[in-house]
Amino acid sequence: MDQMTNTRFDAVTAAPHNHSTHAKVVGQDVNVFYGDKQALFDINLSIGERQVTALIGPSGCGKSTFLRCLNRMNDTIDICRVTGKIELDGGDIYDPSLDVVELRARVGMVFQKPNPFPKSIFENVAYGPRIHGLASGKAELEEIVERSLRKASLWEEVKDRLAESGTGLSGGQQQRLCIARAIAVSPEVILMDEPCSALDPIATAKIEELINELRENYTIIIVTHSMQQAARVSQRTAFFHLGVLVEEGPTDEIFTTPKDQRTMDYVTGRFG
Amino acid sequence: MTGYLFLAILLFSLTAFYVGRSAGNGFVTANGRNVHSRPIYHGAFAAIWVGVPTLILVLLWLLLEDSVIEQLLVASLPASLTDGASPAQISLIVSEIRNVASGRIFSEPSPEIVAAAERYASWGMIARWAMVVVALCAMALALFLARTRMAPQFRARQAFERTLTIMMVFSATAAILVTLGIVVSLTYESLLFFSMVPPTEFFFGLNWEPQIAIRDDQVAGTGAFGAVPVFTGTLLIASIALLVAVPLGLMSAIYLAEFADARVRGVIKPILEILAGVPTVVYGFFAVLTVAPAVRDAGSLFGIAISPNSALAAGAVMGIMILPFISSLSDDAIQAVPRAMRDGSLAMGATKGETITRVLLPAALPGIVGGILLAASRAIGETMIVVMAAGLTANLTANPLEGVTTVTVQIVTLLIGDTSFDNPKTLSAFALGLVLFVVTLCLNVLALRIVQKYRERYE
Ligand SMILES: Nc1ncnc2c1ncn2[C@@H]1O[C@H](COP(=O)(O)OP(=O)(O)OP(=O)(O)O)[C@@H](O)[C@H]1O
Ligand SMILES: [Mg+2]
Repeated sequence: MDQMTNTRFDAVTAAPHNHSTHAKVVGQDVNVFYGDKQALFDINLSIGERQVTALIGPSGCGKSTFLRCLNRMNDTIDICRVTGKIELDGGDIYDPSLDVVELRARVGMVFQKPNPFPKSIFENVAYGPRIHGLASGKAELEEIVERSLRKASLWEEVKDRLAESGTGLSGGQQQRLCIARAIAVSPEVILMDEPCSALDPIATAKIEELINELRENYTIIIVTHSMQQAARVSQRTAFFHLGVLVEEGPTDEIFTTPKDQRTMDYVTGRFG
Repeated sequence: MTGYLFLAILLFSLTAFYVGRSAGNGFVTANGRNVHSRPIYHGAFAAIWVGVPTLILVLLWLLLEDSVIEQLLVASLPASLTDGASPAQISLIVSEIRNVASGRIFSEPSPEIVAAAERYASWGMIARWAMVVVALCAMALALFLARTRMAPQFRARQAFERTLTIMMVFSATAAILVTLGIVVSLTYESLLFFSMVPPTEFFFGLNWEPQIAIRDDQVAGTGAFGAVPVFTGTLLIASIALLVAVPLGLMSAIYLAEFADARVRGVIKPILEILAGVPTVVYGFFAVLTVAPAVRDAGSLFGIAISPNSALAAGAVMGIMILPFISSLSDDAIQAVPRAMRDGSLAMGATKGETITRVLLPAALPGIVGGILLAASRAIGETMIVVMAAGLTANLTANPLEGVTTVTVQIVTLLIGDTSFDNPKTLSAFALGLVLFVVTLCLNVLALRIVQKYRERYE
């Protein structure tokens, strides 16, 4: 607990949270069903711009489900049904007239298991710019790839082997490649579903550092099972339990003075 | 009688199993935990040692019995019959004796033959009874030996499992031995052929007219063994088949893997796979009676004369035949691409089409190529459709509207009718067969290699 308090103060000194920050993503009365089974119940959550929001909670509580609502990846699951309203910058993302391709260009995603395509490192990063037609020529594409890899702190490690396969990198490098791939299309929001769960502590530290830097330009929502990680990287934390959003607030308050007993039990490790 | 003998072997093995197991049970009651193998392994050990060697013995006996009796029979024939007779005449005499012995008498047989037939019949009986007696003795002996080896510390499980392993290794090598046998016999006959016709003529000659006289009194051409038209014909038909099957197969695979919902898929996929099980003769009918006339009519509509036997009709139908290989294997390959790839691409904002063409197909490519190569080797080896629909004349052409012939068709026609193994016409079939075997083997090995490589990629 001591250590956690320290890191909390690090996080706080690094970026004093700002309650007046503009709400980037707002979910209202979000319910999600898998077939007959309801996975999320009346979620109301607003996520501030240019800060890191952590989603925590025991396994199966619906964190990934909520995350996947935000870029409509739940559409790819046949039996999944979403009700309620989710707004991105005030626009309803479930509006039938909205193009999901455009939405996903604005809301990028990094998965739990690194999933680079079986293509070269360059092609992996160039994938998004190519399909969205962001580069007008080869030079511009190369520039985007370099910029993205630099932002993902991967450039120095791979600049001489851009033509090699992305699947040949180490796990941590693969995950940073996936982050580079996601930011290559300049999204506004980046969703990360347990991005470090397959990585060793050093690779994890690198990704956390990276998240801290990315916060300046992107709104980041991260699912994590590690309390320490949530404390280290996030400004706000939302605690889910059995499909219900129990509590949401500044990260240090959630970890030190939670209002709900269930949150208290969870963050102190009494259940999980 | 042999049937009863097999039944007896089965019963004996069962008995041996019970004997062995009760012996094992006896050890357990006497020694408690201090027994190496469980009783059931004692039983299995006894059963396998009683059954398998006897079975092998009986099978060998049945295999050799006839030729041994025949040798004895020939040796016992009076000199008046065998003196100066050629092997062919002797075998005629032997078959006459056999006919008489089994009661099929066409003309009045000579007394020597009748006597020989009686000998033949009685020897046959003796041999059968001897076999039964030997088999029963062998089983009794085996059971006795097995029983004496059993002891509390006897490693019956290891002994049983080792025997089982040997049997499995034997079964596995059987297939390899058969393949080797095929290669050896093909190579042997081909070498004979190449000693009569120079390989350069066979591989580079442009003229294929193998119908030469086998007997001196036949009237036929002098023969030409340039196999190039046959190879190009095969290539032409296989290419047409692939031109039909690859696009259709790929598109149906993509539809099945990515667009069809589970119910539709459950119906379509088995139906597609039924196509692979339709006998090729039936495809041949289809080609001759339906497709070929349709092609000809379509041609005459545009004022093009198309021969009734066209490579196009045969190739198109063959394409339908190999379609399931491509669609099924490609479908599997696409499905095997991990869901994470799909999600990764979709989450980047790619459409379904972009995901398929840019991520799924490249990732599944090795599997797809493997499927295409397997289909190609099927197409090259296919005979029936071509015999029926593409004709028999070797024609050096790249025009799909003419009739051509293929390697397999030529092999069939060369081996139908009069054959004689000291004659290049017959032997050329083996040279063609060898080429075919080597080519399809290479294609298969290549395909399996590729498929395997791709399996490792996501393991
Ligand atoms: N594709 C699906 N089909 C059916 N039910 C699903 C599906 N995905 C998730 N669920 C159910 O929805 C509930 C929430 O799942 P979700 O994956 O969102 O949990 P989670 O909080 O991310 O858990 P974890 O921490 O283990 O990743 C679970 O009960 C799960 O069984
Ligand atoms: Mg999850």
